Amino acid sequence: MPDIRVGKFDDIADGDHKIYATNGREVGVFRVGQNLHAWENHCPHAGGPICQGKIFGQVGEVLSPGKESRGLCYTGRKHIVCPWHGFEFDIETGKHPGDAHTRLRGIPVSVKDGDIYLTFNR
Amino acid sequence: MDDRAAPQSAVFELPKVDVMMDTRDLLAHAKKDTEKLQDYFVVDADGHISEFPFWQDIISRMDNDVYRDMARSFKDRPGSPPGLHNAVPGMLYQDMFGRIPHQQRQGEDAPAQPHKMVTLTQRAMDTMGLDYMVVLPTPMLVLGMHPQAEIEAAIGQAFNAWMVEDMIPHEPRMKNFIYLPFNDPDACLKEVEKYAANPAVLGYMVTSTRYRAVHHDAYMKVYAAIEASGKPITFHSGFHWGDESMKQCNRFLSMHAISFVYFNIIHMTNWIVNGIPERFPKMKVIWIESGLAWVPFIMQRLDSEYMMRTSEAPLLKRKPSEYMREMYYTSQPMERDNLELLESTFKAINAETQLLYASDWPHWDFDLPSSITQLPFLNEQQKRNILGLNAAKLFNLEVPKHKLGKANPGPVGAAAAAQGVRLVGE
Repeated sequence: MPDIRVGKFDDIADGDHKIYATNGREVGVFRVGQNLHAWENHCPHAGGPICQGKIFGQVGEVLSPGKESRGLCYTGRKHIVCPWHGFEFDIETGKHPGDAHTRLRGIPVSVKDGDIYLTFNR
Repeated sequence: MDDRAAPQSAVFELPKVDVMMDTRDLLAHAKKDTEKLQDYFVVDADGHISEFPFWQDIISRMDNDVYRDMARSFKDRPGSPPGLHNAVPGMLYQDMFGRIPHQQRQGEDAPAQPHKMVTLTQRAMDTMGLDYMVVLPTPMLVLGMHPQAEIEAAIGQAFNAWMVEDMIPHEPRMKNFIYLPFNDPDACLKEVEKYAANPAVLGYMVTSTRYRAVHHDAYMKVYAAIEASGKPITFHSGFHWGDESMKQCNRFLSMHAISFVYFNIIHMTNWIVNGIPERFPKMKVIWIESGLAWVPFIMQRLDSEYMMRTSEAPLLKRKPSEYMREMYYTSQPMERDNLELLESTFKAINAETQLLYASDWPHWDFDLPSSITQLPFLNEQQKRNILGLNAAKLFNLEVPKHKLGKANPGPVGAAAAAQGVRLVGE
């Protein structure tokens, strides 16, 4: 199957994402700086439309040198959150923050002449 | 709207989910599994509505003029709060602070006729492939903690009238468990008797979040009436962060994980140890929305203690677990991270005959029918039983002939008789 052009790089703002449907497949394309990451729009938990969810900052917890909690914080990494049940995944690695074996299926993505192409191997 | 019917070579952009998204679009991925359920009989034993958007309609059904006027007086306050209700909106964290939009609000467009609630329920049922949904309230799950028993009774009476008399007639696939205002046993009895013969009412619901001992003598007349009705009593659990023990939990996750189980464990324990199953042997009981892992836990705890301290439970003639194995349980939220443990749980509770599928839609931890069909340790007939045929027997629902399954070859009537279910039109 040839690469499929789904949109333009400039149409996705840094830190944002778009979700495309083509040839019976649904794929979320996420932009982080000048890089793109593409994930199948299928949550490994219950099959929800993961990429149609919202991006949230990963939440961390600040500990003092004495291991006392100093409250919640944002770590700086970004997660896509499934709108069905709240499973969340790092938009750059596709991994669940608490279980690396629970992860999104990646789709090869590339940019040629400002256009975004997806490569479907099956 | 996405457009999956478009030509193969086309590229479409799908929308991001927000509170305005149509239920059918939000659950579009479930539709793929629904198409495989065409010949399954599927009953959702625990679905919900959010009643606050319709609060003015509901309180208008209060029989008592004074309480009705008291509730209505809140309409002109800032934000039109749900008058007389005891919910604490600022601590409802189920939507994970915006991560799960449909738990925040179902703001989608829907026709006002016959009623938006009916349309939202129909959309969910059609998308999930349900034949019936038992439709229950949401914030009222904490109404048992209301300090005024008379207010619980007034709201409960009004909701029951609104749901059964005003809403369900628009959609026969919607069913209901009557809300029992359990802090007022006399009011409970009145509601039981009022709806005992109503076929849209499949049972009676005690919201488990409360501090009432279910074995108190004041409830015996209620149980006698429920037993006589032939409909089951149900215990629908919930959470209460204000509970002294739950206050030790600093995160909603912790409190929610424990609280739903905690209340049903207490009620189950009192129910068994005080011999309610021996006093009312024909009364059927359903335990709702505590998951399933707690059941084998408390079975083992009670059996172990009972065998040593039998003199403290003199009404029992069998081990606690034997009574529990004859009760019914709804499936959601089903713990399925460890399938070996889940399979053991299914065996412990006789899931093949005692488990009822439940979605809990539109709540954040809902389960689709695929939560049952995808379990690798169930055979075809077991899946059919859990998804709907167990409910058909328990609630005396008619089953279309083509949804009986293929496990019982021979005449359709014989297959139905073998499974103990009624066929449509017979």
